[in-house]
Amino acid sequence: MEPTAHGLDVASVEEVTTRIAATGYISDEELATVVFLAMRMQRPLLLEGEPGTGKTALAEALADSFDVPLVRLQCYEGIDASQALYDWDFPRQILHLRALEAVAGTTDVEEAEKGLFDERFLLARPVLSALRQAPAVLLVDEVDRADDEFEAFLLEVLSTYSVSIPEVGTVSAPTPPLVVLTSNRTRELHDALKRRCLYHWIEHPGLEREVQILRSRAPEVSAHLAEQVVTVVQQLRSDAGLLKPPGVAETIDWARALHLLGSDELDLCRAAATLGALVKYREDDDRVRHALDRMLAV
Amino acid sequence: MTHAADEILLGFTRALRAAGLPVTQDRSLAFLAAAAELGAGRPASVRSAGHATLCAAPEDVTRFDRVFEAWFNHKEPVQAAADAPPATRTALSQLPDSEDGGEGEGESDTITVAASDAEVLRQRDVAGLSAGEKRRLARMFATLRPRPPMRRTARHRRWHRGELDARRTLRATLRRMGEPGEIARRRPAQRPRRVVLLLDISGSMASYAEAHLRLAHRIVSGSGSAPVEVFTIGTRLTRITRALRLRDPERAIAAAGDTVPDWSGGTRLGESLQAFLDRFGARGMARGAVMVLISDGWERGETTLLADQMARMQRLAHRVIWVNPHRGKVGYEPVQQGVLAALPHVDDFLAGHSLATFAELMEVVGDA
Repeated sequence: MEPTAHGLDVASVEEVTTRIAATGYISDEELATVVFLAMRMQRPLLLEGEPGTGKTALAEALADSFDVPLVRLQCYEGIDASQALYDWDFPRQILHLRALEAVAGTTDVEEAEKGLFDERFLLARPVLSALRQAPAVLLVDEVDRADDEFEAFLLEVLSTYSVSIPEVGTVSAPTPPLVVLTSNRTRELHDALKRRCLYHWIEHPGLEREVQILRSRAPEVSAHLAEQVVTVVQQLRSDAGLLKPPGVAETIDWARALHLLGSDELDLCRAAATLGALVKYREDDDRVRHALDRMLAV
Repeated sequence: MTHAADEILLGFTRALRAAGLPVTQDRSLAFLAAAAELGAGRPASVRSAGHATLCAAPEDVTRFDRVFEAWFNHKEPVQAAADAPPATRTALSQLPDSEDGGEGEGESDTITVAASDAEVLRQRDVAGLSAGEKRRLARMFATLRPRPPMRRTARHRRWHRGELDARRTLRATLRRMGEPGEIARRRPAQRPRRVVLLLDISGSMASYAEAHLRLAHRIVSGSGSAPVEVFTIGTRLTRITRALRLRDPERAIAAAGDTVPDWSGGTRLGESLQAFLDRFGARGMARGAVMVLISDGWERGETTLLADQMARMQRLAHRVIWVNPHRGKVGYEPVQQGVLAALPHVDDFLAGHSLATFAELMEVVGDA
């Protein structure tokens, strides 16, 4: 096995688990394995899953645990290359022109133009800055929101880990960054992009692991309350037929909210008061209230 | 061991392909590399490696696990393609006619009204028209004005406001030897979105088939260079775009009639949709498109396939519009199994029984 070119170097799956656990991110074996593979094989990692299952948090934990910068590219409809790659700093270019004029008096258009497209006028957007800062973690968040054209462009960058700027030349990373793409699966990604990536579907965690996550993310919440909260949330997720089942992020919010109100025990009154942290739909609100009545009455 | 590890793993990828997973050469190679990284001796490692490299959707994972079990712990015989539709199909008996197909609404000559006849005709259910009225209505289809939906592209056009067009401004500035001047602005350019029409031509839709074909012809001929595709779905999937490109509506409809082999047969909505998505949709035709499905939602038997395929279509498409000829009728409730299964995955649920409702559809498509 040749050593990887990542500055992010790991020897085993267990090392991944312990390293990111140290930052408070509790992973399971499947997830740790896929991260390990992404690092060793230098492939981008595509994470899909329900909102709130910790896709973005994983990238943050990875950057944190390997002590490399995290560069985040948030996708949205209509995003284009100049927002993802680089742009020229227009006001500074104009200033530069005026300065040239003031000092020399003579302006050679050719020369001036060359001076204008200098590196120092280059605004590095996330992808370029990740390539320059590598080793780094590049998080391409919610890639399903971007358009098809952007996907194709991303594919190009991900297959070469380099960006070519006509006026300057090609910028390539000495060590490719670890790329994490996340998608909420609001639409199907192109197969070509999927083929480049290692794929992992993040499920909602089981009872035990969710308690662990909650305890590590919100240590101030008492163990007893944490367990109660997670039990209720897990039941809601599986049985209540909600429009938007709460994710782990909501569980943490809810537990924190309950803690702030000073409760150590989940009771109906406080649960109802803090429900806004857990459900975000009017219809769900009713259903959860009914379900809570049943669960907490026993 | 009688086989090299790589051989066994490659054989396994072939089994996966047979079971319907999108396994390609590069994916297989990535799988071998991943398995080597994790150590191919341990079943759990091979499984993880496969999950990461050979799966691309949550459905793939369950399918993968089934094949994995069968291949490596062969306790039960491999059932390749367990998800594919069963090969033997029950004979399709004639579907019951739609409950309220064309009754009510008396004969044409009894209508004596002061309002313009044309306006009345616009609102009438096309299923209940006499031959003469149908001929008049056919001419009125020309009044429909299809408007293609637009989408933004990554390119830009010059515009009088919006974001700064640095390149253009700078070029103009340089031309004036650095003297600042007018600031150019730009906005994203627009391109028409593709519109895909799926017409249900099963027995229960027979009384609407002609009107819907005319509608499709009007959309194809009235959209100019904007991409439009038309398919019929019944017991099978037929592409009739080419036939409908004929300028003359009567000839176009006759040509479409010759192309379609399964007029007024049964409905297999779920399977037809799957066929469309597999053969055309997922390859790019449905991607980012406005999908218009014209059907009454009569589905025989299980509707889970229909629900799955509608969900898939919604993920691929920009917008999914369901047009139901019964929707506009008094007292209509979406009770058919097919409609119930599909509704959660539909963006717009419209009526489609009269010219007025068709005009409404044009608006919704144009705004999509």
